Amino acid sequence: MTLTHYLVLATILFVIGLIGVIRRRNLLMLFFSTEILLNAANIGFAAVSKFYDDLGGQMFAFFIIAVAASEVAVGLGLLVLWYKKNGSIDLDTLQKMKG
Amino acid sequence: MFETVAFYLFSVLTISMFSIVVFSKNALYAMSALAAGMILISGFFFLLDADFLGVVQIIVYTGAVMALYAFGMMFLDTTQDIKENITHSKIIYGLWIASAILIVFAISAPIVTNHLMLDAPLMNPDLFGGTNPQQVGVILFTKYLIPFELAAVMLLVAMIAGIVLVGKKMDDSITLCDSYDEQMTIEEFDVKDEK
Repeated sequence: MTLTHYLVLATILFVIGLIGVIRRRNLLMLFFSTEILLNAANIGFAAVSKFYDDLGGQMFAFFIIAVAASEVAVGLGLLVLWYKKNGSIDLDTLQKMKG
Repeated sequence: MFETVAFYLFSVLTISMFSIVVFSKNALYAMSALAAGMILISGFFFLLDADFLGVVQIIVYTGAVMALYAFGMMFLDTTQDIKENITHSKIIYGLWIASAILIVFAISAPIVTNHLMLDAPLMNPDLFGGTNPQQVGVILFTKYLIPFELAAVMLLVAMIAGIVLVGKKMDDSITLCDSYDEQMTIEEFDVKDEK
């Protein structure tokens, strides 16, 4: 197993998450897709950390996990608030300003 | 041999799980598949000698994040399939082309970076000795102490924001409890008067 194997895997997972972000119109699904994106980046960091003998990559993966956890806490709170107010979490209902 | 078999097994499983997340119409199936994918990703971390990261991945993602999603979905209506009107416009095709270019760059980047060599690894794990969690602890509490503290403050802020956003009556001030009681009594009197 070389570094390229892991980086290609991380790329494939990142692209799956990117397809989700582009394709889905539901805000909850959008959050799931961002989780996939962050995890793909984490795999890349861990792989680089191992193959270059440097623990910095693992540290960055830790901070990405912390950012992901706080993003979920705040984002889900806003999502529940929006659902209580409008009764829908479809992305199209967010278009109030019609820009 | 073992690493190769494990790598391909985990790759196929992870990619299929995340594909279910992206293409499923049922939010509950998507969430379960995402939880399974998170556990499978921790397998890669164990393969990459990042034991502590793998354990944190299981605890934080499947323990905290997915549980938070599960509780959050109780507020949302997830029993029926999600109806999405997917429109095909020029913007979508533009985004597809942009993502295809991104794939090409991301796959060709490792080939280019194979020529890069790190002369003196800044944080070589062998310098610290011990097992992976010990090395991580030493670095986290020396070189990365300030980012660690900032991450702790950020998590605290996120927790307070989550409580304030979802909790009921959280926009009322706690120190104004007396006036709140007065309002309640006045309302009760009004109700009695109406009767």
